[in-house]
Amino acid sequence: MESVLGRYRNLIILVGVLFLQVLGLATQVKRGGGNDPESTRLIRVWAVGAITPFERTLVWAQNGTGNLWHNYCYLRGVRAENRQLKDQIEQMRLKQVRLSEDAAQARRLQTLVAFKEQFISRTVAAQVIGSSGSDLSRTVYIDKGENDGVKRDMAVMTADGIVGKILVAYASVSQVLLISDQSSGVGALLEKTRLQGVLRGTATGEVVLERVMSDEQVPVGETVLTSGGDQIFPKGLPVGTVTKVAKGKDLFLDIKVRPAANLSKLEEVLVLVEKQERQATAEDNVRIRAADILAQRLPSVPDKPATDANPAASATAGGTGGGPAGATGGVTQGSTNPAVAKPAAKPTGGATTTTPAAKNPSGTSNDPGVPAAGLSAKPAGATSTVKKSAPAVPSTVPVPKPETSPSTPAGAPPKQAEPTAPPDSSPPPAAESSPQ
Amino acid sequence: MPITYTSGEQVEVYRFSIPVTIGIPLLALFAQAFVPLRFPRFAVYFDLPLLVTIFFAMARRNPIAGLFTGAFIGLAQDMLGHNAIGLNGIANTIVGYGASSLGVKLDVENAGARFLVTLGFYLVHSAVYFAVARGMVNMTQNWSWLHGILAGLANATLGVALYFLLDKFKQRT
Repeated sequence: MESVLGRYRNLIILVGVLFLQVLGLATQVKRGGGNDPESTRLIRVWAVGAITPFERTLVWAQNGTGNLWHNYCYLRGVRAENRQLKDQIEQMRLKQVRLSEDAAQARRLQTLVAFKEQFISRTVAAQVIGSSGSDLSRTVYIDKGENDGVKRDMAVMTADGIVGKILVAYASVSQVLLISDQSSGVGALLEKTRLQGVLRGTATGEVVLERVMSDEQVPVGETVLTSGGDQIFPKGLPVGTVTKVAKGKDLFLDIKVRPAANLSKLEEVLVLVEKQERQATAEDNVRIRAADILAQRLPSVPDKPATDANPAASATAGGTGGGPAGATGGVTQGSTNPAVAKPAAKPTGGATTTTPAAKNPSGTSNDPGVPAAGLSAKPAGATSTVKKSAPAVPSTVPVPKPETSPSTPAGAPPKQAEPTAPPDSSPPPAAESSPQ
Repeated sequence: MPITYTSGEQVEVYRFSIPVTIGIPLLALFAQAFVPLRFPRFAVYFDLPLLVTIFFAMARRNPIAGLFTGAFIGLAQDMLGHNAIGLNGIANTIVGYGASSLGVKLDVENAGARFLVTLGFYLVHSAVYFAVARGMVNMTQNWSWLHGILAGLANATLGVALYFLLDKFKQRT
């Protein structure tokens, strides 16, 4: 017996070590399906603790050297780039005006349907310091952990698109499961066709959109967004672009997606540590144009044609006829939503009568219960005004405090217009005041 | 000096200092985790911890030392990923045992032998990993001979260069 043990000692030890590992594997498979790192957290902490400090140091040194070179030595072309960026900012500001009008309208509509919005309220910027080192486990390590408020299942993204989710959060580092890993799953939808599916990684590292029926038409090049259905990523974040569509198996399409974020060269990422869900309100962050404030404070300003595209100019021109079209005709038909009406309630609130129309001393369309023009819903007249006044972005000012609402606007010429509009220029019927 | 005799030839057995025994595998793990951040294809074709396992196993020529070296390095490698711990552990244990057993029987000091041994053990490692991942953990795995051979050749080439570097840390017993 002893001689047998001696002769096969190596083999017996090999079998024993393999048996122990198989046993360990079986335990993990039973606990978490084999892919739940939380079940083996204690063991993994050792390896992560041994490796990540070196990675963190190396990344820090690398960034320091890179910054020294780029910020102090290599500044060629910066002036030209600066010029380009300034031009770009101008373009973006114009675009922002259009978008903010659309967003304001969307908020109003969301208010009407009691829509609950999800907001990204806080993110933590993190540096990618390491990877799993295997193409069979597509994960990366970031230099932020529980100490920085990072927790399991938080979304990770870049400015380009989503990256993945936090798989394990250790004290000072976290492991991120990339969307290209075969065990990941993200609720996604196609931007134009609004088809929903599940985004998954494959064994080869590709990203595919599953669960889209084969009788649907999905064009190549369509943008894929998050659907919010996974309760991890807020709705509407960019995911990627459809690169290939083919008939798959089981009546589903085989849709390949190129991720918007460059998953193979990640450097900095954002971890979504806090998101809020709240009722949509139309007044959030809405800015009112200067012309609209004038319209509030000059109750008798007569209607002007909608072609008055520069309200700021109108204001400085004397204010007598300065009420832009949108401020009067369009405004009154504005929202019937009390929340929307709030900002304008005080400035002209000298009237004692109870009906909104009666509050207006002039009987014109400057109903105090009606929002400023910038807040107005989308009446036909207002649409054109908004678009035409788009270049007048700089004239936008924050919402004024109602307490500081004199009858004469600061800076307005001394000669104030008296209410001139006839009483019959009253607001249109309520039926027309629907923002829709 | 303990010497193993194989076919009449003297085969030397080496040992390594403790810092090298711990530091080199750690460095390999670190490089395997860090380099793919800059060169994403690195992780697809190269497996530095496996190369280090083969090197230590072949140099020590002790199957028990080889299998434990493989087990420790493989398990540490598994800990850095998110898959079940033990997949690389089992594969590297078998490779460590095999490489040290082979080292006893063959002279694996020359570049040609090292190249072939590394290529062969890379394929063994891939096959064992594939079998365990499919059979035990139910992971979706695709076997590709083309990828296996290409990656095996890449690892063997890198391995030959790496072994010559690591030879400098060898200490004769």
